[in-house]
Amino acid sequence: MSNVSTAEQQRDFEVYNYEVVRRFTIMTVAFGIIGMAVGVYLAALMIWPGISMEIPWLSFGRLRPLHTNAVIFAFGGSALFASSLFVVQRTCQVRLISDGLASVVFWGWMLVIASAVVTLPLGITTSKEYAELEWPIDLLITVVWVLYAILYFGTIMKRKVAHIYVANWFFGAFIVTVAVLHILNSLAIPVHLGKSYPVYSGAVDAMVQWWYGHNAVGFFLTAGFLGMMYYFVPKQAERPVYSYRLSIVHFWALVAVYIWAGPHHLHYTALPDWAQSLGMVMSLILLAPSWGGMINGIMTLSGAWHKLRTDPIIRFLIVSLSFYGMSTFEGPMMSIKTVNALSHYTDWTIGHVHSGALGWVAMISIGAIYYLVPILFGRKQMYSIVWINWHFWMSTIGTVLYIASMWVNGIVQGLMWRAYNADGTLTYSFAESIQASYPGYLVRFIGGFIFLAGMFLMAWNVYKTIREEGVRDWAPSEPPSEPATGATVQGAAA
Amino acid sequence: MSGFSNAWIIILTVVTIVLLVWLSFATRKIKNPRDDNTTGHVYDGIVEEDNPLPAWWFSMFMLTIVFGVGYLLVYPGLGNYKGMLNWTSVDQLERSQQQVADSFQASIQQFSGMSIEEMAGNDKANSMGRRLFTTNCSVCHGREGQGGFGFPNLADSEWQWGGSIDQIMHSIVKGRQAVMAPWAQVLGAENLPKVVTYVRHIAGLEPDADAATVEAGKQQFSTYCVACHGPDATGNPVFGAPSLVDDVWLYGNSRAEIQVSISAGRNGQMPAHEELLSQDKINLIAAYVLSLSSDKPAAAIDEG
Repeated sequence: MSNVSTAEQQRDFEVYNYEVVRRFTIMTVAFGIIGMAVGVYLAALMIWPGISMEIPWLSFGRLRPLHTNAVIFAFGGSALFASSLFVVQRTCQVRLISDGLASVVFWGWMLVIASAVVTLPLGITTSKEYAELEWPIDLLITVVWVLYAILYFGTIMKRKVAHIYVANWFFGAFIVTVAVLHILNSLAIPVHLGKSYPVYSGAVDAMVQWWYGHNAVGFFLTAGFLGMMYYFVPKQAERPVYSYRLSIVHFWALVAVYIWAGPHHLHYTALPDWAQSLGMVMSLILLAPSWGGMINGIMTLSGAWHKLRTDPIIRFLIVSLSFYGMSTFEGPMMSIKTVNALSHYTDWTIGHVHSGALGWVAMISIGAIYYLVPILFGRKQMYSIVWINWHFWMSTIGTVLYIASMWVNGIVQGLMWRAYNADGTLTYSFAESIQASYPGYLVRFIGGFIFLAGMFLMAWNVYKTIREEGVRDWAPSEPPSEPATGATVQGAAA
Repeated sequence: MSGFSNAWIIILTVVTIVLLVWLSFATRKIKNPRDDNTTGHVYDGIVEEDNPLPAWWFSMFMLTIVFGVGYLLVYPGLGNYKGMLNWTSVDQLERSQQQVADSFQASIQQFSGMSIEEMAGNDKANSMGRRLFTTNCSVCHGREGQGGFGFPNLADSEWQWGGSIDQIMHSIVKGRQAVMAPWAQVLGAENLPKVVTYVRHIAGLEPDADAATVEAGKQQFSTYCVACHGPDATGNPVFGAPSLVDDVWLYGNSRAEIQVSISAGRNGQMPAHEELLSQDKINLIAAYVLSLSSDKPAAAIDEG
């Protein structure tokens, strides 16, 4: 950003709607802390079950969906709203089509999250994984999402540049596909306000659920964040994107193949064999299209590798791509039926998810936030670069502890469950495999705790950046008085 | 599946794979008319280079596609097509179940002709029985058969449903359903605590309880409780009615716990295992359960 002049920065404040981006950016930090704190609590619960004190809304079953919804849809969702609405304006050189609509999308999404925070601990749930929210909230999500699509694609349509940048392809695919997935998977017959039954039954219901579930990973947590990557990596590295044609192949191959991969969640179940095979084959073919994004991101740094030594934001972005590459290699391997026979239902799956969620999704979002905050609040740079560096190491070490412990646990569990004696009896009871998992649970808790502590450091750094006079480069004509809820810049930017 | 679904799956799969290959080759071959190796597009200062697809990446992509096509020829995947190996997951399951069943059968040959009592005294039978118990019974009864709240201890000498071989066998094969009815309405709020006091008094838990209260509780007990628990409150294994004068308390012996047991009732259930386990396995488990209490005096076991 050093090459961006203050005058340019000031002009951008007039041209673009930064207000909605600011709000979503701040909420990303807040929800990151909340969602991950619930996760750390749940990790502790696995070691010390007594700490829930048998209070129903503190139980694992109620808070686990709160954790997943908070980190995916509140933290990840806010990061995607913030970055997509920032990137679409910057790369189309045009303001969002409507400030009012942007505000409605923000408050609508906050309402969705608030409803989740109330209903899930109360035990109101559809019990469909990652789609636990009941039908009235599903309807609200649909409305907010359609408004978001209008806001986003409307802005693309009135762009001032001839072409559409690759980041926007990915954001666009994310918005369209998530709408389709959400609506089809949530089709249900309401019984009353807090209860509904899905229109599908049996193996069909399971298949629709995992078609949704896997593509929530594919389009929400992959395509959306690749959109983020395609903007923030070249910007922060100040290098050209590596290969346009690689973007084309990996984009179309990714969106075409991801949608097939869901059945690998249902290996060796009542799902017909043909569907399981297709799910596995397509998951393997997905390896190269997934890696296309990693290559394009990491190779963008060629010629600027030295920045890894000095710029912790680049470290966040590049290491997140490494974790992305690792988990998109691990995923296809785990979809192979013989591997899956060992890994399925074990902690390995949880480790795999977190190598994507902490290593990829969270770390690229954190990198993007450190890039965005100074720009959005008219500061030269973050309050403390040293703290960013600390945060980087905490995130990396936390993630590595988390996924390594879950690998060990997963393989131990898989091997113990399948072991049987010469006399045909099982060697271990289930409880013995739990006993063997305790050291892993403890390491996982420590890893998660370190990661969460890093999030607090970031929150403090963001707060100081916004508040501290010392680092202020210049001030927008009407600085936001309340950044968290901030309603004042609307006028300044108009 | 129907002809349409079959054709739909095959066509969709083949077309997708063909398009993926076409996309990769076509994009690889595009010639960039510019000589600066960029697309000429600039977005917010981001320049796009147009480097060729990395060869190793391209080869990896094609290799996974070739593997995928091969897999779909060998294994079921394309609609109704069964694949060259004729493999099904049901076959695989049955084969491995058969394997386990065969090794089990081979292992129990050594016990043929043994009675349950003889097996209970046989170390090899007990170690097999123990493993089967761990897998099938320990979830409720605990790894050492020590039981838990609502689940009887099998390692002591007290038997809610009787401790003879026939009775134990019946408990496992047919299951047991204990019914302690809810007495809140019948006894009323006034009498309920009195019965609780009486029960605790005869169990020796409240030796100094108020004599009048004990007497009032006894009257209610004699009217409603004796049918199952007996006049001396020693229980009846025919109904699974536990003795109330020993120190075994399935649902706890605090005033609060006993009050819940009486007012709301209890419904302990042991599921029938005749559909779940073969008779050979049940024999081994029964022998093991018997061995758990065999170090107790025989008289104690006979008491039931």
